[in-house]
Amino acid sequence: MYRSILIQAEDFSLDSALAELKTQSGLAGGLCFFTGAVRNSNLDEAVGGLYLEHYPGMTERQLDQIVDEAARRWQLHGVIVIHRIGQLMPGDNIVLVAVAASHRGEAFEACEMMMDYLKTNATFWKKESISDGHRWVEARSSDQTKATAWDA
Amino acid sequence: MKVLFFAALRETMGQSEIEIVLEAPTTVGALKAMIKMPNGETLNAASRNQSIMAAVDQEMVDDLATVSVASEVAFFPPVTGG
Repeated sequence: MYRSILIQAEDFSLDSALAELKTQSGLAGGLCFFTGAVRNSNLDEAVGGLYLEHYPGMTERQLDQIVDEAARRWQLHGVIVIHRIGQLMPGDNIVLVAVAASHRGEAFEACEMMMDYLKTNATFWKKESISDGHRWVEARSSDQTKATAWDA
Repeated sequence: MKVLFFAALRETMGQSEIEIVLEAPTTVGALKAMIKMPNGETLNAASRNQSIMAAVDQEMVDDLATVSVASEVAFFPPVTGG
C-alpha cells in the first residue's frame, strides 16, 4: 500500500495529491478524500487567522498509527495524509486525507475513520485570531463520540 | 527526564519544557502532583477543572501509566487538529 504522511507549513495542491495517489495505487478504482480549510468565523465571531501548533515526533507517530489502523480494517491501495502547521489565513488549506481502494465503500469508510481519529488523537492544537485577541479552539465532545464509535 | 507542555497549557506554564530528576520510576498521576503551575496549583489539582492529556514517550496514556527516569512526558489540552 502506498503511504505518504506530511506535516508541513507550506500549502498543498489537491490536484497534485490526488494525481499522486492515483499514480501510486494502480489497482485502485475508488478514490475518496476529505479536505479541511480555515473558516472565516467560529462561535459567532469573525476569525482573522489560525495558528496550528503540534508535537513534533508524536504527531507523525499518531498519524502513522491511524493509517495502520485503516489499512488493517480495509483493503486499501494508497493513503495520503497532509496536515499544515504554523500561521494560516481564512480559506487556507489545513488538512487532506485521501484514500485509494478498489471500490467506493472501503474508500468512504477509511477516509471517515481516519479523519475521526485524526481529530481526537493527532497532537495538533488550533489558536484563532479574533477581534480582541486570540483564543485556543476547544475540543468538541461530538468528535470524541464519532471516534469512539469506530471502536465499538 | 524531560516534561513538555503544549498549546494553552504551555502558555499557562510560561514554558514549553522542564527537566525533572527522578530517583525512581513513578506514575503520570504522581508526576502531575509534583508539577506546579505559576499560580501554585499542581497539574493534578488543575486537571479537576480542565482536561489535561498526557503522553509518555509519545504515546497517549492515563494517570496510572509508568514514567521511567529517562521518559519523555508531555501534558497538553485535548487536541483540536483537522
